[in-house]
Amino acid sequence: MRLAVIIFLLALAGQAVLARAQEQPAGTYSVELEAEAREVGKSLRCVVCQNQSIEDSAAPLAADMRQLVRERLAAGESPDQVRAFMTNRYGNFVLLRPPLQLDTLFLWFGPGLFILCAGACWWIYLRPQATHPEPAAPLTQDEVQRLRVHLLDDASE
Amino acid sequence: MSEAPQPLAARQALPRWTALIPVGLLTIILVFFAKGLTLDPHALPTMMVDRPMPAFELQPISDEIPNLSPDKLRGRVTLVNVFGSWCVSCVAEHPILMDISRAGIVEVHGVDWRDTPRDGSAWLARYGNPYSSAGLDADSRLAIDLGVTGAPETFLVDANGRIRYKQIGPITPEIWDDTLLPMIRLLEQEAT
Repeated sequence: MRLAVIIFLLALAGQAVLARAQEQPAGTYSVELEAEAREVGKSLRCVVCQNQSIEDSAAPLAADMRQLVRERLAAGESPDQVRAFMTNRYGNFVLLRPPLQLDTLFLWFGPGLFILCAGACWWIYLRPQATHPEPAAPLTQDEVQRLRVHLLDDASE
Repeated sequence: MSEAPQPLAARQALPRWTALIPVGLLTIILVFFAKGLTLDPHALPTMMVDRPMPAFELQPISDEIPNLSPDKLRGRVTLVNVFGSWCVSCVAEHPILMDISRAGIVEVHGVDWRDTPRDGSAWLARYGNPYSSAGLDADSRLAIDLGVTGAPETFLVDANGRIRYKQIGPITPEIWDDTLLPMIRLLEQEAT
């Protein structure tokens, strides 16, 4: 069973390597640029497979996009400029992390809003104190005295 | 101990209408789901409409087929069709492109996307060439500039070289009759 899993994982890895093999050989770009390009690539959606980043995707278009990202970075563009280049052509859809803007406010803050609502409902309907609305009045001097007598009695028995 | 806890009294202290708040919230969520879950997740936003055709340079496919260059998309309404010899839907779309080309309604130009000259020219030789001119975009440069996500895609370009409509997927007779042809007629009037 374990062997089967290992073979399966190796086959997957092999696929990824094959997909990469057609690209620029290692060493074409500096290590820093390569790292930067991977960061950018991870933030860009592969428009063919849709739920993978172009860094993870084996689609031919993703390979061409990776190449383009590297070339634009090598030409001196910043990661944000490269992302803007892609957004300009494919829309915000191409960004795996949606930008914070007017039409994405609900997307970003919706979950928090729901948690707040849930908290409010809990506070109003279910909080434990709600079943004991009247706080007990403080003990009078007399009651304290009587209590003390009882407690001392118990202790001396 | 006459002051027993009175949970019900505490709850009733809220105005009755507040009980409708969760119902209202649920309704709003359901409306969002009803809308969101019936959207086509494969429908992609189109950014290129009403923008000028990007500058581009393509490789020739073969000696017989004139290469597509930006100047060919000026001065008249044109269709730019992104295809590839590897593209199955392009074969399905091909007959209607032949019809459009033969009828001389509008010039059709081709972008042979992620292809090789050999495969591209063989494909055109096998099925017929509907393109007034066509060039090879082997490394997706133009495809990415056009925001192409798959083939076939067809761009309607006006006489000023501006993209006016983008058809994602094959042109069907319905799309041609109801959308593309009326738009082409309109753009031709605009140009004269």
